[in-house]
This record gives sequence, structure tokens and C-alpha cells, in this order.
Amino acid sequence: MIFDMNRRGFVDTAGALALSLAAGYALAKPKTRVIKVVAKKFEFVPSEIHVKQGETVTLEFTAPEVPMGFNLDDFKLRADLVPGKVTTMHLTADKSGSFTFLCDVFCGTGHEEMSGTLIVS
Amino acid sequence: MSEFDRRQFLQLAGVGGAVFVSGLAGGARAADAVNPSSYDDFFFVQLSDSHWGFEGPPNPDAKGTLPKAVAAVNALAQAPDFVIFTGDLTHTTDDPKERRKRMAEFRDVVAELKVKTVRFIPGEHDASLDSGKAFKEFFGATNYTFEHKGVHFIVLDNVSDPGAQLGDAQLAWLADDLKKQAKDARIVVFAHRPLFDLYPQWDWATRDGAKAVDLLMPYANVTVFYGHIHQEHHHMTGHIAHHSAKSLIFALPVAGSQPKRTPLPWDPAQPYRGLGFREVKAELKQADYVITELPVQRA
Repeated sequence: MIFDMNRRGFVDTAGALALSLAAGYALAKPKTRVIKVVAKKFEFVPSEIHVKQGETVTLEFTAPEVPMGFNLDDFKLRADLVPGKVTTMHLTADKSGSFTFLCDVFCGTGHEEMSGTLIVS
Repeated sequence: MSEFDRRQFLQLAGVGGAVFVSGLAGGARAADAVNPSSYDDFFFVQLSDSHWGFEGPPNPDAKGTLPKAVAAVNALAQAPDFVIFTGDLTHTTDDPKERRKRMAEFRDVVAELKVKTVRFIPGEHDASLDSGKAFKEFFGATNYTFEHKGVHFIVLDNVSDPGAQLGDAQLAWLADDLKKQAKDARIVVFAHRPLFDLYPQWDWATRDGAKAVDLLMPYANVTVFYGHIHQEHHHMTGHIAHHSAKSLIFALPVAGSQPKRTPLPWDPAQPYRGLGFREVKAELKQADYVITELPVQRA
């Protein structure tokens, strides 16, 4: 009886360990590359973002001056960029080419020139 | 409009420029059968994107183009029932005082129109930096409805929100207004931006425009006229036709035809090329709209 209980306990413990190891593995996956982008009047810095096809990156936006928007329609990604807040977005580059992104929140006189290019190679 | 007049008009339109006839028949005939005299043909003029205050090489006659367009409308053989400006009356400025100065100057120029009824809707250049405050001071509400000879006109504001949204409140207002309309009512919608995703990569879209189109979809006779893209464009979402107008300041390239959405260069050999305004003839028994594109200046 005692043996059985110990055995069950061992199995339970082993199972829990296996789960935690699996979870640990998941957490230990290679971190995605972080690309910081500043949306300022009236340009994205950098205005060209380079990624490799198949790569997943984290885009980390700040907008220090006025509310801006980021819209990358070819990947159906958009976000409001609010001053004082860091906005993150994950991008998986599942197709190659050059893709235009733009500010889609009217932000001032230079708004219509405020765009950039995602280059997936 | 008699068959002879219609033919003559189409011939005239053919000389003037591109002609587009939208077929919006169907339920309209049923309405005619009930009350054959309830519709009366008429025409209106749409002008768009005058960007008063713009200065730059894409239009070396920036201060002269709008007055020329006003003179061209005044020179039409028959005065339109009304004129509507579909947004970007003025070019944007970060200075609220300068914005109002441009609006005052624009208002003075278009006051020369010899047309009793002139209506306005804002573009993002007029309204997006102050939520339409200055526009309302000069031109009134940014969304409204009006009736004219059997047509229900709906003016939508998809620019006062800098994120190019109609917003839930305006969509609820639209839904409420449409509930009062018969399913075969003649409905014309004016907006500045396209209500469909024409080319979001160049901001040629309304973020929640599809919700407005969904609300309009149950109605058999709906046509949308808009501006924003500085060129003629014709598109169908189901049975709903969307027609964009030319600009009165500079033409923009065809969507995606070049990397950047930069104005087409001014051609001194063909000044005002790509600019113009349009007449829209409402043939209501057929629920058709005959569009005639007209130049700012006759060759």
C-alpha cells in the first residue's frame, strides 16, 4: 500500500516535472527580434524595416509627439500609437517582397508623406 | 427626360469626357407603377478636393483653379439644382487661425456660384485635426440628410475622426435614418473617403466603411459619390455603385501604380489635365445616374 502510494506519488511528481520542463522549454524558445520604430512628425524611424521570410519579429512602437497610426495592410496589421505608451505587435513575414506601411491617423501637415516600407527577403 | 433628350445628353457627355451610366433598375419600376409621377429628373454638380491654400509645383495655378471651376459651373447651359463639394475644401494646416483663413477665402470664392443651393462636406484636410470644429463654424453640420425631388440624400462624415472612422454613433444614426426609407427608395450617399477598401496602403479607405455598406445593402437603389482619391474611379459593392470625383488642385496616380502616393506632375503643355468636376443627371424613373466629367477649362 505504502509502495503503491509512493509509486503513484512518483508518477504524479514525474508527470508534473515533465509538464514543467515542457513549459520551461516553451518559455525558453529563442526570443523574437525586437525592432523599435519611432513614429514622429512626419516619418517612421526607421522608414525601412528588413526581415527574413519566415521570421517572426516584434515591432515596438513609440509616438513621442502626437497620436499616430501604423497600418500594414498587406499583413492586416494596424495599431493606434499613443504618446507615452509603447505599442508592440508581432509580425510573421510569411511572404516576400516590399510592402508599404503608413500612418493612418491624420496627424498634421506632413501626414500624407508619412509612410515606410517593409522589405521581406 | 425624353428618349431624344437622353440621346442628345449622352452625345454631349461623350464629347465632354468619360460617361458612366449605372444601372440601378429593379425595385424602382415597382415604385413607378404605384406612383408614376413621384420622380422628377434633375442634375447636380459635384466638385471635390479643391485644397484651397495648397502651394507647390503640382499646381502652379493653385489660386486660380477653383475660381476657374466656379466660372465653368456658372457657364453651364442649365444651372444645376444644387452643387456639392465633397471634402478637402481647404488644404490642411496645423495652425487653427490659418485654417479658418483658408475656409473664409474658400467660402468667398464659391460664393460666386450662381446656384441657389451649395452644400459642403468635410475632408480630412478640413476636419481631422480639430474634429470638424472649424468646418462646422463655416459650413454647418458634417453629416446630415436632405430630400430632393424624390431622392433621399445622405451625407456621411468619415473624416472628423482622424482615424478615418464613421464611428458607432454615426452608424447608429445612419441605421435609424435608413429604417425610415422604403427598400426601393432612391438613395444617394455622399462621403469624402471611399466606403470600401479601395487601396488601404494609401489610406484610400474608411476603417468601418464596410459597416455603412452593410447597412445600405438591403436598399435596392443606392449610389455613392465621394472624393479623396483625386481621380475618377468606379466600383461596385454588390449592387451599390461608388463613383469618385476628380480634384480641383492636382491629380493622384492610379492606386499602387507607383511606390508613393505623390501628386502627378503638372504638365505645362496640358494645364489642368486630370482636374475637373462632374455633372450628375438623375434619371429617376430608371433610377439611373448619368455622369459627365467636365474640365476646369475648355481646350
